[in-house]
Amino acid sequence: MDILHDFGRYCKLLYQAIRSSTEIGTYYKNLFAEMIKTGYDSLPIVMLAGAFTGAVLTIQTAYQLVVSYIPLSTIGAIVVQSMVIELAAVISGLVLAGRVGARIATELGTMRVSEQIDAIESMGFNSVSFLVVPRVLASFFMFPVLYIAAATCGILGGLLAGIITGQVPMADFMKGGREYFFAWDIVFGLTKSIVFGFVITSVSCYKGYYATGGAEGVGKATTNAAVLSCIYVLLTDLLLAAILL
Amino acid sequence: MIEIKNLKKSFGSNLVWEDVNLDIHDGETLAIIGKSGCGKSVLMKHINALLTPDEGTVIVDGHDIFKLTYVDLRILRQRFGFLFQGAALFDSISAYENVAFPLRYFTKWKEDQIHKRVMECLDMVNLSNIGDKSTAELSGGMRKRVGLARAIVLEPDYLMYDEPTSGLDPETSDEINDLIIYMSESLKITSIVVTHDMHSVLRIADSAAFLDEQKLSWYGTIDELRISKHKRLLEFIKASEYQIG
Ligand SMILES: Nc1ncnc2c1ncn2[C@@H]1O[C@H](COP(=O)(O)OP(=O)(O)O)[C@@H](O)[C@H]1O
Ligand SMILES: [Mg+2]
Repeated sequence: MDILHDFGRYCKLLYQAIRSSTEIGTYYKNLFAEMIKTGYDSLPIVMLAGAFTGAVLTIQTAYQLVVSYIPLSTIGAIVVQSMVIELAAVISGLVLAGRVGARIATELGTMRVSEQIDAIESMGFNSVSFLVVPRVLASFFMFPVLYIAAATCGILGGLLAGIITGQVPMADFMKGGREYFFAWDIVFGLTKSIVFGFVITSVSCYKGYYATGGAEGVGKATTNAAVLSCIYVLLTDLLLAAILL
Repeated sequence: MIEIKNLKKSFGSNLVWEDVNLDIHDGETLAIIGKSGCGKSVLMKHINALLTPDEGTVIVDGHDIFKLTYVDLRILRQRFGFLFQGAALFDSISAYENVAFPLRYFTKWKEDQIHKRVMECLDMVNLSNIGDKSTAELSGGMRKRVGLARAIVLEPDYLMYDEPTSGLDPETSDEINDLIIYMSESLKITSIVVTHDMHSVLRIADSAAFLDEQKLSWYGTIDELRISKHKRLLEFIKASEYQIG
């Protein structure tokens, strides 16, 4: 019953957001601010997460592939493909569920409990177009960028780890990476990142927009937003793999 | 003129009030009084449709506000000014920008026109030297006055105040009361004031509505209030005399 009620309200909020997405004049200023906060400000953590994942992946694959008749270039192939198809999108998705999701839920939750959302509505604004639309829309533009940054750093991190540990020479890594580099994989990764961005921002907007009960309520909304975003990222990841691969 | 007809509201299984009937005439100042938690704020939020009732309706100048389209409702809401309990200032922008905010979106005015109107409103609330102070630097009384300046910036026909004097010292409370009187007398604004401060009711209001025991328990002019024998109303008045803040 509660889940149905929640889901119904979530769909209603989305419907309102879609309907009010034509009111560009209301939200374009917020859209740029959100693109900076979601995209630019998240770049360092996403690049770091990507680079370390790539490095670990190289070292671990080298350790697991001890059989000598498997060429070293295979390691490059595995690292590049795993990063592009799965890891860059999921790792950045999980990091951003915490970083972006928590921020959005806190912002909107605080505005809700301090009656700022009521104030916006009572002035004659559409609060959904003012607050929700720019946040979700910013993710459409910025999550793909973050995905590309994470994938690039992941591959570079993997390459560097191979060179530094002496386990995979640069030439082998590049050879394998190039052989197993398919454009379709990037399309798949980009699609994933857009879906993750939508899931994270819409769920967090929902949690914040309907927060109740003062500071404690905002804390609850924030935690819920981060946790639910993570879960939904993992679920949609599985779903997309089943549909698209 | 605002007509509240047979209004009933509950949250889940928790009934706030029912059978509320009330007329608010142009130019008058109505005080909505009652114990904390009796649903005063909830009633006020029905008057500009921030909340929707379970039953009954509100008619503003002949329009049933719950039957309006969202676009028409937003136009109607621009005729209401709303001072929220905690002032609900937008904390991401300065105090000055808070007042300028509705003008920037709802008028096509140039910067100097906007500046002139903002300073006019800040003057009215005796805050002309507020400059570019951030909202965090303001005291409680100043926040309310900035909120009031923002509420009147679009020259509303109706002004709603939610606990305008609560949490303020007696001297600042009197300043706010004077402002409420000034707004209604010199700007001819119809005012609705939610409060549990009887001192302020006797100073500013023409009539009073007493919410108690989940209904509109008493309604009349201030002169009638002074001589009323209504038991629970007398108790409420007595209790509020000993109350501080
Ligand atoms: N959004 C809401 N959801 C659930 N209950 C609410 C909500 N807003 C108010 N209430 C409940 O309605 C009652 C009246 O609240 P309110 O109008 O804020 O009282 P007050 O007279 O002090 O202004 C309270 O019991 C409160 O808990
Ligand atoms: Mg209240």
